Amino acid sequence: MRITQGTFSFLPDLSDRQIVAQLEYCLAQGWAISIEYTDDPHPRNTYWEMYGSPMFDLHDAAGVMVELEAARRTFPDQYIKLNAFDSTKGVESLRLSFIVNRPADEPGFRLVRQEAAGRTIRYTVQR
Amino acid sequence: MTTPASAPDPAPTPAPDPALGFDLGAALAESQVDDLLATLDADLVGLTPVKTRIREIAALLLVEKLRTQAGLPAGPPSLHMSFTGNPGTGKTTIALRMAEILHRLGYIRKGHLVAVTRDDLVGQFIGHTAPRTKEVLKRAMGGVLFIDEAYYLYRPENERDYGQEAIEILLQVMEDQRDDLVVIMAGYRDRMDRFFASNPGISSRVAHHIDFPDYTQDELEAIALLMLERMQYRLSPAARTALAEYIERRRARPNFANARSIRNALDRARLRQANRLFARPDVRLTRDDLMTIEAADILASRVFAPADGAAEGET
Repeated sequence: MRITQGTFSFLPDLSDRQIVAQLEYCLAQGWAISIEYTDDPHPRNTYWEMYGSPMFDLHDAAGVMVELEAARRTFPDQYIKLNAFDSTKGVESLRLSFIVNRPADEPGFRLVRQEAAGRTIRYTVQR
Repeated sequence: MTTPASAPDPAPTPAPDPALGFDLGAALAESQVDDLLATLDADLVGLTPVKTRIREIAALLLVEKLRTQAGLPAGPPSLHMSFTGNPGTGKTTIALRMAEILHRLGYIRKGHLVAVTRDDLVGQFIGHTAPRTKEVLKRAMGGVLFIDEAYYLYRPENERDYGQEAIEILLQVMEDQRDDLVVIMAGYRDRMDRFFASNPGISSRVAHHIDFPDYTQDELEAIALLMLERMQYRLSPAARTALAEYIERRRARPNFANARSIRNALDRARLRQANRLFARPDVRLTRDDLMTIEAADILASRVFAPADGAAEGET
């Protein structure tokens, strides 16, 4: 099952060229790019692992692409996403975040049922 | 994976008909690079060998562009450079201009200049250097990386110096990502030569060695006048003579740093002029008074003092 998290996730995977175009837009807005990866894409797993420090003061997407290549080489079978952080006062949060690498096989989630007190049924998703 | 950044967008203009020939003039006008070369000539005094070389590089890139249009094989040339010369001969200024020219010619995508020294590249402890150098390289991508006094990267007297690691990373990027950034190394002539001799890898990847000659007396005077004009000052006739005399004496001194010394000297002359005007608050000053530097402002300099007094110092 295809994970749909972040921007563009209902579209086909972006090509490197399309990723560069998105990055150029982010850099033109003055946002800082960071790379994160995880093997646990559960929707409640908000904090993915950072791959290197966030990249400030870049002028060109080539710098990010170098890091992204390295991240893909290191974790080819994990989820990798790019985040664009807007440091403008009063915003100070992510503006854009999209997945740029997925494992070849995405197992998806299964529904788990739990009996709780008073015949209540609780549901959750599990890998 | 492909690096799509290197694939240029298809040209919006229709391909020219080869039978008509290729219009170098039009390509030149389109890149607007001749304006830049003209301002370069107007703004910077002297430096003829440097300007010639910049012209050659610009011509090469333009012809390369036309060759691509004509369907001829045209590999992007390697444009890593080394600027050698004494302090104050305009290496950094030229590097800034170079970034702009290369950007106009479409060789680099953004045209910014990142100026660094050893401290920005080399780390303090094991494992610190690689991320540091990489970060600088990432910042410079799409533009020009200017490494001032590059020879400090290599310290042969300490075999465990981290500079070597920075050089290796630098080399790899200079080779693999030639179309992402241009590296310019700058420094004194003799030390750069020694640096290249002991690092053949770097030397073979730096295609252009540009030597910045020292300025002559006339050029220094022209520079001084240009600086004053830009700051909206003028010299009285006596001050003009004093300035020529000052430059001649200052050149003979140790630590003479060409245009930089001239700029400092002018800053001190402005200081003295301000002081002189300040000393007489009762007089109403005219616009002319505020603009004119008198001979006394220059003659008060220490280079006019008897030789035994102050041997060093710039005042």
